[in-house]
Amino acid sequence: MSRDRTPDAHDFPTRRYDLVKEFVIALVVVLVLSGGLAAIFSSPDEKAITMSGWAKADPDNLVTTAASELAGTTTSATYGAPYNTNAEGQKLGPLPLQKWGGVRVPVNSADLVLGPVSNVSDNPAISSALTEWKAATPEQRAKWATAYTDAIGTAAADGEPATGAGGEVAKVKPGDYGPVPALSAGLLALAKTGGLEGALTSSGNFYGGDQTKSLLLLADGAYLEDQAVAQNLGGDQWGMMNEVGNAPGQPWMWLYTFWYQVKPFSTSDNADAEVWGLMMLLTLLLMFLPFIPGLRSIPRWIPVHRLVWRNYYRRVKQP
Amino acid sequence: MTTRESELSTKETADPKNWTNRLRGWLEGLVPKGQALPDRQPVYVASWIYVFGVLTLTSLVVVIASGCVLSLGGAAWWHVSSLGHYVNSTHLWSVELFFGFMVVHLWGKFWMAAWRGKRALTWITGVVLFGVSIGTSFTGFLSQSNFSAQWIGAEGKDGINSIGAGAFFNVLNPGQMLLWHVVLLPLGVGLLTLMHVILVRRHGVVPPLDAELEG
Repeated sequence: MSRDRTPDAHDFPTRRYDLVKEFVIALVVVLVLSGGLAAIFSSPDEKAITMSGWAKADPDNLVTTAASELAGTTTSATYGAPYNTNAEGQKLGPLPLQKWGGVRVPVNSADLVLGPVSNVSDNPAISSALTEWKAATPEQRAKWATAYTDAIGTAAADGEPATGAGGEVAKVKPGDYGPVPALSAGLLALAKTGGLEGALTSSGNFYGGDQTKSLLLLADGAYLEDQAVAQNLGGDQWGMMNEVGNAPGQPWMWLYTFWYQVKPFSTSDNADAEVWGLMMLLTLLLMFLPFIPGLRSIPRWIPVHRLVWRNYYRRVKQP
Repeated sequence: MTTRESELSTKETADPKNWTNRLRGWLEGLVPKGQALPDRQPVYVASWIYVFGVLTLTSLVVVIASGCVLSLGGAAWWHVSSLGHYVNSTHLWSVELFFGFMVVHLWGKFWMAAWRGKRALTWITGVVLFGVSIGTSFTGFLSQSNFSAQWIGAEGKDGINSIGAGAFFNVLNPGQMLLWHVVLLPLGVGLLTLMHVILVRRHGVVPPLDAELEG
């Protein structure tokens, strides 16, 4: 490390400077700018998607999602830590960081359906469906739910042909689906009443302040992502840093979001862990830049400082 | 002299073992005498780039003040009140200004190699402050209780979960996120800012590259 010969700042000649006046003027400038920008551009506040809204706008997707939760094939059902042990989770190289975090927010995806519908009283169809579900073996349950989701299928999209009933629940052919259609329809009916969020969030707990289950169910469906993509907020659309409409979101996250757009991260199964690892490394490099030979010399090689201190350099060269 | 007489003594002697004396001595030594709020600066402190540090600081004041007003009405107030919405907008825009000024300040300090002269810790606290500020704003976006919060939570959880932190920091739990946003992270930003400013006043503004003392 080259020896730091920087003189003591307190030994230089001084000039008058009013720090308090500078602070007050800056405060007024920021107040005027913030208040003015707020008055002109406001801030976006698009209402949260409700389960009722989802049920009414895309009931087929909600039913498909419910059946998939029962089949154990949704994103949350196959997530791993911190929700369950159904997957290894992402790794950073050989390090299973996600798994090491542990299952501290336990979520059983089937309970996202069974929990709410089991609170529905006076509905014999749901009661008998629940009884049939509970009496069945895990293998039988998976067989019913998978058969039903396959029968619903998906609509033709991106050059891919439609499968099953093309995603239309009403057109599903009769089959051995057990109680799955009744349970899924029960969740849809509950969602339409507006009671699903409460059943997931605060059932048995008057003060529900944790929306984990509601958000996982919502994110397991296609409706939330469809709404986000329509507003250019998808993961491959720099969605993490953008906001709805033209409002600025979090532009300071541009570098973090950038890595998701390029290979190898854009095609990696461990993209999140790898991007986080890379950002941690870059942050450490920036933090310890004063000690890194080469990097710390860049300001000498590209003399922007000549502009900052141009008056000083001019003065000391002309005694 | 007995112990009792010693305790009653009015003679002012600074006992180096007295905890209060030691704390006072440490506090007084943080910044050289007269440098906490000086009315003069070194001759080379003459550029618009120096303004961005104080602009960042004053933006933080507006961010905290507007956040405090939002806290008065509660988490959902800004959805139902035009005044609340305006205060929220002021909060958002002051945050945008805060980051804008901070980035210019950071780049300015980079090109000035401002870590020279035992100022590495000043640089490090600044970088950490930038990172903690990003976390603070992120939890703010998660606490909006609207569509944006739903989507940012659904997207953001995968990154946090992938490194194991989601087990302790659940972005889908708005109650937890709001408390981090209004208590823990602002406390971190406040303490780091205090440390950063004390370090700046302790060492003074970094002299120009290759500067030699005059006279």
